[in-house]
Amino acid sequence: MAMASQMITANRLLDGAVVYFTAGKSWSPNFTDGAVWPDKESADAALIESKESVKARIVVEPYLFDVAVTEAGPKPTSARERIRADHKPTFEPDQGSWTGQISG
Amino acid sequence: MALLQHGALQPNNWRFVGDDAAIPAEGPVTVSLKRWQAESEVLRGRNAPIGVRLKNDEPALALGEDVHRLSLIEVEFPKFTDGRAFSQARILRDKLGYEGELRAVGTILRDQYLFMTRCGIDSVELPEGKAIDGYLAALKEFSAWYQPASDGRPTVMELRHPANANARRGAAPIVTASVAAHSA
Amino acid sequence: MYRYDEFDATIVRERVEQFRGQVTRRLAGELTEDQFRPLRLKNGLYLQLHAYMLRIAVPYGVLNSKQMRKLAHIARRYDRGFGHFTTRQNIQFNWPQLGDVPDILQHLAEVEMHAIQTSGNCIRNVTADQFAGVAADEIEDPRIWAEIVRQWSTFHPEFSYLPRKFKIAVTGAPDDRAAVRVHDIGLRIVQNEAGETGFEVWVGGGLGRTPIIGVAIRKFLPKEHLLSYLEAILRTYNLLGRRDNIYKARIKILVQATGGEKFGQMVEEEWEKIKDGPLHLPQAEIDRIHRYFAPPAYEALPDVDPAFETAKLENPDFARWARVNLVKHKVPGYAIVNASLKPEGGAPGDASADQMDLLADLADKFSLGEVRVTHHQNIVFPNVRKRDLFALWQRLKSARLATSNLGFISDIIACPGLDYCNLANARSIPVAQRLSRHFSDPRKLDEIGDLRLNISGCINACGHHHVGHIGILGVDKQGQEFYQVTVGGSSKDDASLGKIVGAAFSEDDIVPAIDTIINTYLANRTDRSERFLDYVRRAGVDPFKEALYGPAPARRTAAE
Repeated sequence: MAMASQMITANRLLDGAVVYFTAGKSWSPNFTDGAVWPDKESADAALIESKESVKARIVVEPYLFDVAVTEAGPKPTSARERIRADHKPTFEPDQGSWTGQISG
Repeated sequence: MALLQHGALQPNNWRFVGDDAAIPAEGPVTVSLKRWQAESEVLRGRNAPIGVRLKNDEPALALGEDVHRLSLIEVEFPKFTDGRAFSQARILRDKLGYEGELRAVGTILRDQYLFMTRCGIDSVELPEGKAIDGYLAALKEFSAWYQPASDGRPTVMELRHPANANARRGAAPIVTASVAAHSA
Repeated sequence: MYRYDEFDATIVRERVEQFRGQVTRRLAGELTEDQFRPLRLKNGLYLQLHAYMLRIAVPYGVLNSKQMRKLAHIARRYDRGFGHFTTRQNIQFNWPQLGDVPDILQHLAEVEMHAIQTSGNCIRNVTADQFAGVAADEIEDPRIWAEIVRQWSTFHPEFSYLPRKFKIAVTGAPDDRAAVRVHDIGLRIVQNEAGETGFEVWVGGGLGRTPIIGVAIRKFLPKEHLLSYLEAILRTYNLLGRRDNIYKARIKILVQATGGEKFGQMVEEEWEKIKDGPLHLPQAEIDRIHRYFAPPAYEALPDVDPAFETAKLENPDFARWARVNLVKHKVPGYAIVNASLKPEGGAPGDASADQMDLLADLADKFSLGEVRVTHHQNIVFPNVRKRDLFALWQRLKSARLATSNLGFISDIIACPGLDYCNLANARSIPVAQRLSRHFSDPRKLDEIGDLRLNISGCINACGHHHVGHIGILGVDKQGQEFYQVTVGGSSKDDASLGKIVGAAFSEDDIVPAIDTIINTYLANRTDRSERFLDYVRRAGVDPFKEALYGPAPARRTAAE
C-alpha cells in the first residue's frame, strides 16, 4: 500500500497555468519538481507558506492534493490531478478538430 | 463609517439603534422596520430626523405611505453577491414614490456603485478615509443605458424614439397603502 | 441580422474599457481573487483546470462571416488554434492569458461581439431556435424578441446580482428547437384565437442538480408587454429566490416551493403595476429591430433543382448527407444546411481556426454571409440555394464538416468535462469520441434512427444529459471516473427527464453498456417507426435493466 502523501498545486495568476509548489518555495509547471509532504502537519504548514504567493500575485488558490508515492515517484490519486499534471486534455491531438500546440 | 454622497466623502451623523437599545434624545437615528412599525408614534414625536433600516428579506412595500414620514431609508448589502437591495431600492423609489435619502450600507464595491445609483440609491456607507476616486470613476464607466430604472436617465430606447418616451414617462402608478399591506 | 447602432456600440466599447480596468486592478493587487472572480465571470472569464477560459456570447446563435473570421483570428493569435461551440450557442476559448483578455474583447467589439454576461449570477446569453427566420414551420421570427431581451438584460442594474444564473430561450415554431421548457424563462410565440401573436410564458424549468420541467404561467402575453413581464418575474425572483444554498438558488426551486399557480399570481400582481410604465415596448422599436431581420432578397427558384437531384443520384454519400443534414426552408429552391461538428472521433462542438475561416468563406459564398450556432453544438447555413448544395458539401467534406449524422446517436452533445473543466467529475469528450467511433457505420445509424445522446461530466448538466434520449452523467468514485446512464429524456415539446437505468459504469464499460441499450431497443421495438424514445416510453426502464444487469431476481440476490 502506497503511503498517503500530499502535494500543493495552484494556477498561475497571469496565464492560469498549472503549477506545483517546490521544496525551494517556488512554483514550477513540472509536476516532478513539486515537493511531496509525507504527513498532514508538514502539508498544512507548507500550504500556509505557499499562500504567500497569493499575496504576491503569482498564483491563485493553492490547495493540497493526494499523491501515492511509488517507486517511480509520486502519482496523483485522482483523475482530475492526473489530467492537470499533463497540462492538456487526455484525448489525442490528431483526432477531431484538435490542432492545438501543447507547450509546458 | 463615512458616507459617499454628492461626489464626496462626508461625515455620517446618523446612527442605527438596535431594537433593544434606548433611543437617544437627540440626533438622527435609523431603526429596524419592526421597531418603526411598533413605535412610529413615539419616534415621530422626537425632535430629530428618523429613518428605517430595511433588512434584506423584508418587503419594502410594507413601509407604504410611511416613506413620506422618513428622512432616510437604508438598504443592506450584507455581501456584495446579495442583490436583493437593488430591487428594494427600486420599489421604494418607483412604487412608493420615496424621495428622501436612500442609503446603501454593508459591503459596497465600486463595481456595484453605478448600478446602485441607477436603482435610486443616493448615498453609500464607506469606511472612514476610503479612497473614493475609483467610485467616482465608476459612475462614468457607461454613458448609455438600455433599461429604465430609478435614476431618470433617458434610456437607449427613449433616445431612439423620443416621441414615444414622452408619452410613457411618469406613467408608472404609485402604490397605495392597501396594496402595500396586501403584499406584506 | 441585427447591427449595432451608436448606442449599442458605445455600451460594448465602454464595457471593454471597464473590464480592462478591472484586469489592471487585479494584476496590480487592488482586487483579491474573491473580489475579481464575480467580475471576471460576468464577462465570461473562468479559471479552469489548465488555464483561463473565455466564453464569448453569440446572441441567439447568429454569426456573420466577419465575426466568424474574427473568432478564427482570436483562436490563432490568443489561443491554441481552436474553439469550442457550446450548448448555449456560444463559443469558448480554452487557453487565453488574463492580460490578453481586454485586447480580445477589443477585437470582438470591432465586429459587434462581446462576452457580456456569459457567466455569473445574471441574465445569460438569450438563446433561440437556430432555424429562426428560415424554418418552414415558423409562426414568427424569435430573433427579434431575443434581441429585445438581449438589450434589456444587458447591464440591468437591478438584476446583475441574482441568487443564481438565469437563462432565457425563445422559440417561434411549434416544433420547439430551443428547449424552452427547461429554461428559467421559456418564451413560445403562439397565436391566439383572434390571430394575434404573443408569448406563452414558461417559468422554472432547468437541468442541473435538480432537473425540472417548467410551468406555463401565462398562456398569452401581448408582445408589447414582454419586457415588463420579464421584469416582474425577475423582480419576484431577485427578492424571494433562496440565497442560503447555491443548489437551491435557481428560480425553479422558488417556483416549486411557491407552487406554479401562486408564483404566476405574484408575477401578475407585480406586472399589473408596471406594465404601462416605461418598459412598455413602443411599436417603433419593435419595427426598428424587425427591419434588421427582414428576409433577404431570395431568388425566385423552382423548389426542385435538377442539378441537386442529379448529384444525389450520382453520389450516394451526398444523397445521404442531403437526406440527414438538410432541413426544409420556407422559401422554394432553398435549404437549411447543418454542418456537423461531430466528426467520427472528434471533440463535439470543437472547430479549428482553419475550419472557422472556411465556414466564414462558405457562408459568404453560399449562405448570404450568415451562419448559426446550434445548442446541439453544430453550425447551420440558413440560406443555401439547392443548386449550390453539392458544391457546399464538397467543401465541407474536405474539412471534416460534412458528417451525415444530424440527430443520430453520434451527433452527441458533450460538455468539456474533466479534460478542461474545474467542476467536472469525469471526462466527457473521450467518451463521446469512443461512442462516435463505435457508431460510425452509416447503415447502423440509419437502423437506429432518431437518437439524441447527451453527456455531462458532472451534475451541473452542461451536456444536458437529463434530456438526452440516452443521457450519460460522469460521476467520481474515489478519484475514478464512472458513468451513470439515463434513458427517456427529451427537450422538445414532449419534454421529459431521463430515468436512471442502474449502477454507474466504469470508463471501460460505458461504450459496451450503450451498445447493449441500443441492441435491446433494436431487438424489441415494434418496427422502425417506433423511435428509441417511443420505445422507452412504452416499455420503461426494465428491459434495459435486465439486459445490462441481469434478470431482476439475480439483481436482488446480488444486492443482498
